[in-house]
Formats: sequence, C-alpha cells, structure tokens
Amino acid sequence: MSEVSVNTPKGHIEVKNFSLAYETIEGAVQAVTDTRIHVKPGEFVSIVGPSGCGKSTLLNAVAGFLKPTTGIVTVDGERVNGPSAERGMVFQQYSLFPWKTVRENVEFGLKMRGMPRSQRERAARTLLGLAGLEAFEKHYPERLSGGMKQRVGIVRALATGPKVLLLDEPFGALDAQTRVIMQQILTNMWQRLKISVLFVTHDIDEAIFLSDRVYCMTARPGSIKAEIPIPLERPRQQSMMMSSEFLALRRGLMSLIREESLKAMGGEISDMGMQGLNIELHGHSLADVI
Amino acid sequence: MSSPALARHPEHSMPATALAEAGSTPAVVTPPTAPPSFGTLALRWYRLNRAGLRATAIGVISLLAFLLVWHLLTTYRVVFFVRFTNVPSPLAVYASFSKAIHDPKFLMHILLSCRRIFIGFSLAAVVGVPLGLIMGRFKLVHEIVFPVAEVLRPIPAIAWVPMAIMLWPTNEQSIVFITFLGSFFPILVNTLHGMSLVDPVLVRAAQCLGARERSIFREVYFPASLPHIFTGLTVGMGVAWVSLIAAEMISGQYGIGYFTWEAYSLVQYADIALGMIAIGVLGLGSSVLIRGAGRLVMPWSAK
Repeated sequence: MSEVSVNTPKGHIEVKNFSLAYETIEGAVQAVTDTRIHVKPGEFVSIVGPSGCGKSTLLNAVAGFLKPTTGIVTVDGERVNGPSAERGMVFQQYSLFPWKTVRENVEFGLKMRGMPRSQRERAARTLLGLAGLEAFEKHYPERLSGGMKQRVGIVRALATGPKVLLLDEPFGALDAQTRVIMQQILTNMWQRLKISVLFVTHDIDEAIFLSDRVYCMTARPGSIKAEIPIPLERPRQQSMMMSSEFLALRRGLMSLIREESLKAMGGEISDMGMQGLNIELHGHSLADVI
Repeated sequence: MSSPALARHPEHSMPATALAEAGSTPAVVTPPTAPPSFGTLALRWYRLNRAGLRATAIGVISLLAFLLVWHLLTTYRVVFFVRFTNVPSPLAVYASFSKAIHDPKFLMHILLSCRRIFIGFSLAAVVGVPLGLIMGRFKLVHEIVFPVAEVLRPIPAIAWVPMAIMLWPTNEQSIVFITFLGSFFPILVNTLHGMSLVDPVLVRAAQCLGARERSIFREVYFPASLPHIFTGLTVGMGVAWVSLIAAEMISGQYGIGYFTWEAYSLVQYADIALGMIAIGVLGLGSSVLIRGAGRLVMPWSAK
C-alpha cells in the first residue's frame, strides 16, 4: 500500500468501497455509502449532488480530515492518513488567516516546510504576480473583495506544489460575474500546472464548464448515481455555455439532480403541504408531477 | 443635515492645484464666506470628522458641567438626603493637588501603587494567558484546572486579604498577590473564551498547508485568540486596580489607596478627593496603554 514506484504518475486519487457514518444517540447515521471514485493525474473532476448528499464529506475524507468508516482513500497508491501539504484545499469560507497579509498567507505553506524567508518571499511574489495580486501583497484579507480572497486562497493552496487540489464549493459565496472570472482563472492555473483537481459544487453549469468528468451523487446517504464524461473541447469559452452540446449535458445532469433533490426533500414536503399550495396531486407522486 | 453650507457643497469644484495649496493649511471649520477651495476642504474635513468632533465637544461640556455641579453643591453645602457639608470643592482639591505634586511623599505613593500593579498584573498575564491557551488546546488540562478555577473565581480579591497576609511574609508581597489574583481570572477566562472561538476552518487550512501541532498553536490558535486575550487584559487591569486599592486601604503603609484612607483618618477632606481622582486617572492611563499595545500587536484589526 505504501510503496510508490518512480513511474507512478502524480496525483492519482482513488476512493474505493467508501462509506462514512456518524455516531449519534439514535445510532449510526450513514452520510456516504458504497462510493467509488477516481481522479486520473491531471484530470479535472467535479462532484455534484443535492445539498446534504455528503459530497463535502467525501472531499474532506480525501483531504484527510475524516476517516472512512469502511473503504480506503489513496493518492498515488499511498493511503490518506490525515491532512498533508500534498493535498491542497480551498474552502468556501475563504479561510485566509486574518492576521497575516496576503503575501504571508501565500508564504504559509512554504514557511511550514522550512523554506528560508527571502526565498519564500520571492516565491510568494511570483505566484501573486501570476494571479494579478502583486499590488495587494501587503494588505490584510479583511480589505479584499470575495473574489480576491478566493484567488489568494487558491494561490496559497498551490504555493507548496501539491499533487492534487481539492475545492469545496469555492465560488459559492461569490456573485455571478466574479464567479465566471474565477472559473476562468482556475482553469488557466489548472492547465498551466497540470495538477489533478477534485471540485465539489452544487452549480451544474460550473461543473460542466470546468470538468473533464462529473460525478453525480444521490440524496443522503450519498453514493455515486452517475458518472458523466464532459467531451467539450478545451480551451473552453464562455460562449460554449449556449451550445447544444452543453445544454444537453446540462439537461441530463439537471434531471438527475432534481430526482435526488426531491428524494432529499421528501420528508419535508408532504402531500398535505402541497395541497396547501394548491397543487393537485391526484394520487401521483410528487416527483411525477414536478 | 440640511444646513445651507452643506447643501451648497456639491456645487464647489475643487481643482487639484487648489487642493495642494490648501493641503498644508490646518483644517478649521470656517464659515462659508472663506475662499471656496479652503472652505470646501474645511467642510469636507468637518463632514468626515463630524461624529468625532461632536463626541469631543459633548464630552468636554459634560465634564465641565460635572465640575460646575460639584462646585455648586459644595459651595452651598447642599444637604438633600446626601450631605455635601464636608465634601471639598473642586478648587480646594486643585489647591491640594498643586501642593501634592511638589511633595515627594505623594509621588512615592503613586509610584509604589504603579509598581504593585505592574508586578501583579504582569505575573497574572504571564501565568494566565499561557494557561488559558493550554487549557483551550488540551482537554485534560482543562478538565483538571477548570473546576478549581471556577470555585476560586467568584471570591473577590478583598476577601483574600486575611489569607494573603497569612500566606506571604511581607505586606508588600501580599498586596501584589491580591493584585495578581484580581487580574488573573479575567485574563484566564477571556483567553479560554478566545480559544473556544477559533474558527476550525482556519485550523484545517493550516493542516492542509503542512502545519504541525506546534505551528498551528503558534500561527493559528494564538493570533486568533489575541483579540479576546486583550479584552481579558483590559478587564484584568481594571480589576487589578480595584483589588490593589482595597488591599492598600486595609493593610498598606504606602500607595495611593493608603493615601486616600489616611486622608480620611487625618480629616484632610481635599486629599480624599485628590486620591480618588488620582486612582481614576491611573486606571484610565493603564487601560489606554493596554489598548495601545493591542493595536501594535494586532495591526490587522486596525480600522
């Protein structure tokens, strides 16, 4: 399990027979069950699914924050046993250190590795320059916009040269315009660095636009419902989002997710509740009507 | 809001040269008859600082009103439930102040009190902050220390006076010990609180960047708790003064608290008020110092 041959390509994520359960007073609650995914070296893979389906749980297990109840997570054949700088992560809540300037945030991983100050300062400046942030190196994160914060977050995660980049709904808190720009920036960086990316989102357009492959998860307990290759050519342009190919993929994914979302909401929206909204069910199930 | 001067403001145009010329002039609130560029600048400065100016003006008026009321109450020796018969007037206190600042004994009282505060408070910070950080990080330490701290915490520092006199060989030591106790618990409790509020996502972010336990402690937990640590230090400093004055009044031979109590025994009423005001000013000064230190240590939280 732990031997890595020299020829092994970098950044190969494998998750096998994965399940994860939480202990509660009523017993174990299954969050994710019987899941199998993989990301090939240099591939961009997204996970979409209804909210609460356990897609973030799965990502956190790959990051090493959660231990699988059963199954195994490996990166390049090596078992994941806790967080490490090999797997960079970008969080939805930005998670920049407020007490560090932009440059100090980017330097953090290099500092942990013991790189001398002058060297890591130079490295951080170069990276910030690539992301168009050199003018803000001395700013504290509080003064940055959401989009800038997340750019710093991505640069910080990439600074240590990780094998894989994990992103947990990184653009969820951004407005629509900023989101599109950030997607472009992420794509550019990914293509330049040839790094493997595992991207969690609830935004179907975003998943299709960015990914080589999309996993769609079922409602809780989450498992893989479908695996959809995205054959759109690269580099991808904003205009592609209007192409029939894109729209067909979108329709397909949309209906998969809607099915699951309805299942997930089943407990919350009763037939009685729907009658109160003046929707006649006539004995059909909610999913059929909608 | 709708004064004519303010309403006219947008009509003024301010060329860059005018701005440069007027830049060195001290900005003072001037009537709208002043030259336009300067007037615009002054108005702008006034509008930006209006809230602060207002607060300062009201603060000064309020202090003056307090002095005036005090003066009237003592001059007319008002007796209305409260008796102002023997209370010294502001002028009497000022007279005794101008005498006292040339008196080395008075200065020694103040210096000794400051030294006790410095030692007691520093010890409390040096013990309280690290203990709070460690308790916040290691459950076992928390489980061991917390119950004891919770039992001792509600005991006012004054109640410790007899015990302190038994515990410590000299009076000086027991007074410093009481000052220490007074500031120790606010510092400990606030540090603990700060630790409990550290955003777990930041800890995860640090772990993902290769940080180990010690680095996470130094680079995440400690700076994240600093705002609460400084709240604890500010509160602790306040309680340190309360405890010190109480201890000095009961068992002291020197110190500003002893000075105040001695003035009462010697029927020097003006000195009572002088002592009280000195305590107030010293307390205010020390919390200003802590706030300043906080701003130096936490540049990111500056506005």
